[in-house]
Amino acid sequence: MLDARRLLCPLPVIRTQDRIAALTPGDRLTVYCTDPGVIHDIPAWCRIHGHIVIECRETDDEIIIVIEVGVAALNGNSTTTVQSDKG
Amino acid sequence: MEAIIGSLYTERHMNNTHTPMPTPRKAVALISGGLDSMLAARVIADQGVHVEGINFYTGFCVEGHTHAIRKKDRDKDKRNNALWVAEQLGIKLHIIDVIEEYKDVVINPRHGYGQHLNPCLDCKVFMVHKAQAWAWMEEHQFDFIITGEVIGQRPKSQRKATMPLIARESGADDRLLRPLSARNLPPTLPEKEGWVDRERLFDFHGRSRKPQIELAAKLGFEDFSQPSGGCCFLTDKSYSKRLADLWQSRGRRDYEFDDIMLLKVGRHLRPRPHYKIVIGREEGENNYLSGYRHDFPTIKTISHKGAFALVDGEVTDDDLRQAAAIVARYSQGRDSDQVQTQITRPGQPVCGYIVTVAPMSGDEIPSSWYV
Ligand code: SF4
Repeated sequence: MLDARRLLCPLPVIRTQDRIAALTPGDRLTVYCTDPGVIHDIPAWCRIHGHIVIECRETDDEIIIVIEVGVAALNGNSTTTVQSDKG
Repeated sequence: MEAIIGSLYTERHMNNTHTPMPTPRKAVALISGGLDSMLAARVIADQGVHVEGINFYTGFCVEGHTHAIRKKDRDKDKRNNALWVAEQLGIKLHIIDVIEEYKDVVINPRHGYGQHLNPCLDCKVFMVHKAQAWAWMEEHQFDFIITGEVIGQRPKSQRKATMPLIARESGADDRLLRPLSARNLPPTLPEKEGWVDRERLFDFHGRSRKPQIELAAKLGFEDFSQPSGGCCFLTDKSYSKRLADLWQSRGRRDYEFDDIMLLKVGRHLRPRPHYKIVIGREEGENNYLSGYRHDFPTIKTISHKGAFALVDGEVTDDDLRQAAAIVARYSQGRDSDQVQTQITRPGQPVCGYIVTVAPMSGDEIPSSWYV
């Protein structure tokens, strides 16, 4: 789990990126945020790096995003795989 | 021709039969989120080079913050332009936190400031240097760096004379390619080695945006961001004034991350040299400022809605009473005879103590107090 509450974008994206760099494909990371900008930014970052957004949930005071680390992430020299979390 | 095609590839990677497997040359593009860096990256990617983007977060970037803080802006499109550009280009984007290292660029720019406190030339040298340090790393192994710089686009930092200076001082030297102005500059290593075809690069120069707009149309880009002043708050006159005030009041030129964030938020007034008040202008800003209640004395109007403020400085109770009368002016009780305020100092119970004040009138607040 990554606590990115009270951080404003792009810091939640940077913290997510740095945490995911230490994970392996198939691992899941749950990110807790308060900046509504993450609803756009974290899924966009995941799409360009080939990670999958499993869940993006908004409660009264926070946003919870669950990410699964994708295989494309490890293959730095390959063509980027773009995956969408939308339907 | 054969030689050129051959050199477009590197034998960096071997397959498991030890036969060299050609992989494309790799370039890292500085992506600001604006049109120029988007075009530069695309032009090189179109020549068969593997391009990835890099973006530096200095703390002064315009992206997101004020939208995230101000409630009235929350419904606006809050996309991060650098991420959006990367997605349009289909390239990876690496966002690097340089908040700490960037302080030296802002505080001690070797080449001075631009119109305000924007150290654009030092900033470019710093960013190309950082991009290079990242790109040449063992696990990344990029071959060259791309920027969207155009000769003559900005009066101080993007001139013909500054282009070689940035290349030299950053250490990138002839591995720094500006595809939009390349044909106005001496050939770089990627051009000399045939990794990119110089003939398919551009000779844009001057302040006109027309060539970029035309190229964007030709490449099918319809929606893009064109920041007019620059890519960060340091090009903003009132923001720079606040930063200068911060340095002057502290008697030293430094800052913490929270300092520069707070300069983006609220109304700032300095009634005495030793303290400043930051007053939220609406609910979102009030909420944001209240997150700092453990670090600063705070003032909140309780008989009337509308104002929450932080007080920055070593303050006496009399100072806080004066600050409360100013804060009351920005509450819905501005025309009332008396407004009740709650003052809390860090480390004290959150309920603080109540002070009743007469809101200051507009005439009592000289314009010199506004920072
Ligand atoms: S506008 Fe800001 S980010 Fe852009 S070059 Fe100047 S100082 Fe750097």
